Amino acid sequence: MNRDRFRKQFGNLLIHLTLIAGAVIVLFPFVWMLLGSVKSYNDATTAGFWPREWLWSNYRDAITVMNGSTPCQFDAANPFAILEQCLLLRYFVNTIFVGIAVVLGVLATSVLAGYAFARLNFPGRNALFAILLMTLMIPFELTLVPNFVFMTWFPTPESWLATTFGFSQEGIHNWINTYYALIVPFTASVFSIFLFRQFFRGIPNELFDAALLDGATHLQFLWSVVLPLSKPALVTSALLTFLGTWNALMWPLLVTNSPQMRPIQVGLTQFIGEAGTQVQLLMAGATLTVLPIMILYLILQRWFVEGISSAGIRG
Amino acid sequence: MIAQDESRRTAQPKDPHAALARARGPRVQWFAYLYILPAFLIIGIFHILPVGYALWLSLQSGTVRRFQFAGLDNYVRALTAPEFWSALQTTLFYTLGTVPFTMALGLGIAYLLFQKIRGRSVYRTIYFMPYIISTVASAIVWAWVFDPRTGLANYALALFGIPAQQWLIEPTGIFKLIGESLQIGVPGWAEGPSLALVGIMIFAVWQALGFSVVIFLAGLGNINVEVYEAARIDGATGWQVFRYITIPLLAPTTFFILVISLIFSLQAFNHIFAMNRSAAQQLGGPLGTTRTLSIFMFQALYEQNRAGYASAIAVLLSLMILGLTLLQFRVLGNRGENA
Repeated sequence: MNRDRFRKQFGNLLIHLTLIAGAVIVLFPFVWMLLGSVKSYNDATTAGFWPREWLWSNYRDAITVMNGSTPCQFDAANPFAILEQCLLLRYFVNTIFVGIAVVLGVLATSVLAGYAFARLNFPGRNALFAILLMTLMIPFELTLVPNFVFMTWFPTPESWLATTFGFSQEGIHNWINTYYALIVPFTASVFSIFLFRQFFRGIPNELFDAALLDGATHLQFLWSVVLPLSKPALVTSALLTFLGTWNALMWPLLVTNSPQMRPIQVGLTQFIGEAGTQVQLLMAGATLTVLPIMILYLILQRWFVEGISSAGIRG
Repeated sequence: MIAQDESRRTAQPKDPHAALARARGPRVQWFAYLYILPAFLIIGIFHILPVGYALWLSLQSGTVRRFQFAGLDNYVRALTAPEFWSALQTTLFYTLGTVPFTMALGLGIAYLLFQKIRGRSVYRTIYFMPYIISTVASAIVWAWVFDPRTGLANYALALFGIPAQQWLIEPTGIFKLIGESLQIGVPGWAEGPSLALVGIMIFAVWQALGFSVVIFLAGLGNINVEVYEAARIDGATGWQVFRYITIPLLAPTTFFILVISLIFSLQAFNHIFAMNRSAAQQLGGPLGTTRTLSIFMFQALYEQNRAGYASAIAVLLSLMILGLTLLQFRVLGNRGENA
């Protein structure tokens, strides 16, 4: 009996040692990045582990380099000017704005469609749902070129209105280098529709009957009964959607061409060229862009992990 | 509304809920189309319509401003271009060098995590972290690790007495490099992926590992505990349980991850773009040895402005992806939700 227990504990120890070794390998690049971000150039390019001096000014320098060698200065008289002038902040604002807009769009379209497919009767319901599921098989690459061409065709609503009604002589602007191109094509997600449909089907009929007897309309029922019950589905859909826009690279590369419109990923690829061989600045820049999402992940890790494992998709 | 429904019936139903259900059942709720309209508009314009347009585009030559019908020219050109076949080969190398490793390591770690150990969620959080962090940021760090002059990779090699390598700027095949150091001649066809691609593959495995751990964990959780208990009572050892119970019962999950990983490796773009950029290489460099099909397509559109040619490449790539997807449906059938 004693021997069994010893064997079991020894086995557990081995498992822990293996897992810790793996975890160290997985985490090491992050640690290396953080340490590198405060090293001097000389420290960073020799193989010592700890920085000999902790250069916090690397962060400021990285922001300056990212900004085309002009430092970002905060002006108390005009506090919002920094969002225009400081490219790093601008990248963040772009990414967060686009991310939130896409998430809200996806949630709105998916909740409505998911509800219709889960609880409403209409001719062609199954066929339409099957069509949606089939679009999951369409690879992103196939739609890339046509969507890029569409962006050169579509007029922005404000420039179209202004030109049509003669307020402006500037002509009609297309969607290239606008938020429209970064947001609109992504405001519907088949995966999210599927997720909400599954979730809404699990909501007991009795709740619906009670609401119906109280005279609630479908929209009222959806808003005040179904949505408060659907927090897990809402969070999963929102997180995965946000992660998708946060990590998007190929599309924003194609449709943005001015620094003011770049999301953080594209801005960072630009920064790689600007920082050149200044490793410590590269690490500082990477750290600045990694920290926000890392903190978000550590707070919400359960949702991230469960969202991915229930979805089985990559961001 | 309810009174109306009930007045239509001759017999009063005993159960009001059943009456409600019947009343709701067959009636057509036309407004449902309004509910699905926004989603269908977006998906129709940006996902369904482009499929047809991509096929049409792939038959055109010229730039975005002016297209000309060119028949199958683009396809002929792609299929006769040496770059296409070398991109296909690079994609194949990338797949073979990432998918098996990601899956084997992922299964191993997931199995260890599944042994009711303490701190499971802490490990899970750590292993999953690279998957969350943006590819460009982590590529910057990995490019430094592989830096020929100041990187850790060469430092580690030096500990084993291996000379420094050029890593991300090395176009020579890995097997040729190994052969040279052992003074064995390696024929041209057996050179293998360039060392630059190997570096990118190591980075890709590191990043995708957490994904396969999490999916394997979910799959392990789906296996009925009683099966394990029965095996234990019959006196099976740990390895026997793993080999003869876990592996076969996990097959649907394994297959799911396999196909998803294959598809994603066909689509590989972000890693390669970011690593090329970080190593100051041209896209797909050095000497085109990291140019996968996705990169090849992107270059045709972005660098050469040839929308028709890029579409033809995209169609060819999509056919491969579609083949894999159909294979998945066929094998998994209705068990797709297993993972």
